[in-house]
Amino acid sequence: MRAINRKLLRDLWHMKGQALAIVMIIASGVALFVTQLATLDSLTFTRDSYYAEKRFADVFANCKRAPAPALQRIRELPGVDVVQSRVIVEVMLDVPGLQEPAKGRLLSVPDGRRPALNDLFLRDGRMPDPQAQGEVVVIEMFAKANNYHLNDTITAVINGRHQRLTIVGIGLSPEYVYSIAPGEMIPDDRRYAVLWMNERELAAAYNMEGAFNDVALTLAPHASEGEVIARVDDVLRPYGGLGAYARKEQVSHWFLQNELTQLETFGVFIPLIFIGVAAFLLNVVLNRVIATQRDQIAALKAFGYSNLQVALHFSQMVAGIVLVGALVGTAVGYWLGVMMIDLYTAYYHFPVLTFRLAGWVPVAGLLITAAASFGGTLNAVRRAAALPPAEAMRPEAPPTFRATTIERLGLQRLLAQPSRMILRNLERRPMKAGLSVLGMSMAVAMLVMGTAFMDIIYYVIDMQSNVIHREHVQVSFHEPRSMRSLHELERLPGVTYAEPFRSVPARVRFGHRSRRIGINGVPADTRLDRVLNMELEPFELPKDGILLSRVLGEKLGISAGDQLTVEVLEGSRPVRQVKVAALIDDFMGIAAYMEIRALNRLMREGDVISGANLLTDGRHDRELYDALRERPLVAGVVSKDAIIGNLKRMIEENLAITIGINVLFAAIIAFGVIYNSARVSLSERARELASLRVLGLTRGEISYILLGELAILTLVSLPIGFLLGNWLIDAVMLTLNSEVMRFPRVVSGTTYALAAASVIVAATVSGLIVRERLDRLDLVEVLKSRE
Amino acid sequence: MTETRNEDVYVLADDSREAVFIAEGITKVYHMGEVDVHALRGVDLTLYKGEFVVLLGPSGSGKSTLLNILGGLDVPTAGSVRYRDHDLTEATESELTEYRRHHVGFIFQFYNLIPSLTARENVALVTEIALDPMAPEDALKLVDLGDRMDHFPSQLSGGQQQRVAVARAVAKRPEVLLCDEPTGALDITTGVKVLEAIERVNRELGTTTAVITHNAAIAAMADRVIHIADGRIARIDHNTQKKKPTELEW
Repeated sequence: MRAINRKLLRDLWHMKGQALAIVMIIASGVALFVTQLATLDSLTFTRDSYYAEKRFADVFANCKRAPAPALQRIRELPGVDVVQSRVIVEVMLDVPGLQEPAKGRLLSVPDGRRPALNDLFLRDGRMPDPQAQGEVVVIEMFAKANNYHLNDTITAVINGRHQRLTIVGIGLSPEYVYSIAPGEMIPDDRRYAVLWMNERELAAAYNMEGAFNDVALTLAPHASEGEVIARVDDVLRPYGGLGAYARKEQVSHWFLQNELTQLETFGVFIPLIFIGVAAFLLNVVLNRVIATQRDQIAALKAFGYSNLQVALHFSQMVAGIVLVGALVGTAVGYWLGVMMIDLYTAYYHFPVLTFRLAGWVPVAGLLITAAASFGGTLNAVRRAAALPPAEAMRPEAPPTFRATTIERLGLQRLLAQPSRMILRNLERRPMKAGLSVLGMSMAVAMLVMGTAFMDIIYYVIDMQSNVIHREHVQVSFHEPRSMRSLHELERLPGVTYAEPFRSVPARVRFGHRSRRIGINGVPADTRLDRVLNMELEPFELPKDGILLSRVLGEKLGISAGDQLTVEVLEGSRPVRQVKVAALIDDFMGIAAYMEIRALNRLMREGDVISGANLLTDGRHDRELYDALRERPLVAGVVSKDAIIGNLKRMIEENLAITIGINVLFAAIIAFGVIYNSARVSLSERARELASLRVLGLTRGEISYILLGELAILTLVSLPIGFLLGNWLIDAVMLTLNSEVMRFPRVVSGTTYALAAASVIVAATVSGLIVRERLDRLDLVEVLKSRE
Repeated sequence: MTETRNEDVYVLADDSREAVFIAEGITKVYHMGEVDVHALRGVDLTLYKGEFVVLLGPSGSGKSTLLNILGGLDVPTAGSVRYRDHDLTEATESELTEYRRHHVGFIFQFYNLIPSLTARENVALVTEIALDPMAPEDALKLVDLGDRMDHFPSQLSGGQQQRVAVARAVAKRPEVLLCDEPTGALDITTGVKVLEAIERVNRELGTTTAVITHNAAIAAMADRVIHIADGRIARIDHNTQKKKPTELEW
């Protein structure tokens, strides 16, 4: 090995403490980058091959009941490739051990054939026998959650009749990668099932022989999605068509897509912060190394090493740290990625989901880190290269000091000499002090952000469950019913209060943009399904007009006062205009609210309701659920406790780990920044401090001079870090907020205190390490050697 | 012993020798913060092949500046310096680097060894980029450090460190050896050992050698002694009888 490279390795070894701190920060950034982007890549790859293999459809449409010739007409539409019609019905299921009925969705499969589109993946068993009765394939998650096996039976309420179904197969479908009951946000595998049954049998049960109520199709190459959707709508309109929609609005796909987008933005944004901090630290440390090696640089140049060779030498020092950091980061990222994919398998279901690390991910991580690091240290390296050898041979001229502002204000009598030294040192190099404060503030901010996620999530849960949705049970009907049904519900056992709601599927349109949503009609003085304003006070529902989630308003480009076109997707499918009364800041999903009578007027229908929110006394739940099960008009029953339970479970299993990792990495930044600042200060001032010791100052007194500076910088960085943390949360929220979830900025006092405490601990530990080195300062040696 | 104030007269007196350096009217001004320091105020000087020259003067007299300019570490503010057919005043940064790499060996007062490299590696640092170097081991044997090759600078005494520096300077077989206060940080016994090493290189390899010192005793081992004061050459002495380093007393 060349001697200059040996010098490189030994210099790196000599500064191993500082180098290790930077390596850890780079590794944290690269690990997050690799984890998120490789997970994104794995999910995208798995999804695309799954979709392709099982022929996931491009366009979907539902209707009430369309005869077979309609299917032929769709098949003949220009731009349509493959078409598959189905019968789909929502049913209730009796699950042993569950008080309330579970929800189920029964899908028909062609008798004795595999579906042409949206084919199943059979994990176990077989497809239903076309000759047999009551055979079903159930979705794997439901089977697992309820411990169902092949040949077990499930009781379903099919068109009002209890029927026993035999499980002959357990499978998955590309349509239900993320499987949730209609209108819900979080999977509940115990209470929601997807089942596949022979078409002949299902059609017979619902009087759908020779007809269908659902159609899926793929597009021919170069076909226009919008045109095909419009034409399919035209065909199905007479048959109670609910409006065709593209894959991007398909529920499972939409959730998955939102998740992927989040991974992508999060996976780039957060690592960039780490890499930025690492570049800053590299700059500080390298500047210091170059300052202490002035004489060595001079010697190298005197012997004929060129400027380029000197620059290369110091760049290699950076390269070494970056490379080790990126390698460690990739390894940790791989490990975390495997864990992350494991978490995903609990919510997103593919036949096989394995973590794969595409080569471009670590390469991109390395390149980004290298670019930032070399960019950050360019100046230091250039300075080393440009150092005139004759000048480097001489000791540096004493730096220029002047009295500080505080002293000039005449307050110097208040300060002893050591305190003046601290202040003058800070004032002499405000840039350096500023950068140290910035680095520490960044660490504080990362800690605040990491912990604040917990605050935010528990806040959202609390809001959703205690302030916005205050019902205990939600009951929905198959068909809109009259107000009389509400009074029936009021009289059920244990019900103390019932509030109606009307839910209307619609495509809302403004200009050329449109979305399929459900319009929620609730009473003006709703107590159970509330709309809140920014101050969290109940929003008075206007007599006319519609309220839209802000995210939906922004998607449509519409604002308060504009006329929204509502194409109702049920009944006679009226198309109406309604004024947007306001955009509301809600947390989950995309919603539209109207006063229930205003909605009924818009629909030109009487006082009808789609269901009711109930308060119960909690003592008669079993009787209540039994009574609801007996009513054929009841399509589904949802217990809010179960929803909140699912939400909490998802957070505890999933987000807690992510947040834990973020906080750990933020702590690494905090320690790395502070430890490096302290070590650099020590190295810069060892000679000065040793001289003071020779003059008779005690160890405590010189420690005060050095660590006092660190303490001031730390204290200054706390409030700045809090502020920065708030900005950081806002910035991350911008990338995280999606149609699925919007997060408000909520930071508790505990979070600030925890961040401050962590940074103070990091500073104290760094201070103690430096203090220990100060105590071992070799006075004679320090004074003898020439700086 | 001849004595003259004008180098040109000396050149006329003996032009049989080959000139290695010819410096004419060099001045050097440093801007140190808010003051200008005139380190050299018009120096004319010629050095000849194989000679041993001592530049003698008090600290601040400008002798280090002169040496740095001869070694291509610095350029004069005015005047010209030629090394054989190289014009050092007009040379670019990379030409100066080439010049230092192939022609000059430096020895500094504070050794300037790389602390993270052993004696052998410090020498190798230079031999690896030289055209026709000796083996690092041979260079170290030349300065009598054959048994300390794998020691780090921190494991060596000051005199030993400076001898490593001598070995490092001569290992490339330079044509000129420039020494800035080579014994400045050493006591007499160790200083003599370093001077012996330098003298041996000068004698055995015929390397043109310039030694800067403020120690008048060392002047006795030179062919010529150039006295420098206040940025000018005060006078030049010519020793007819050179002393050996062991005969020096200070």
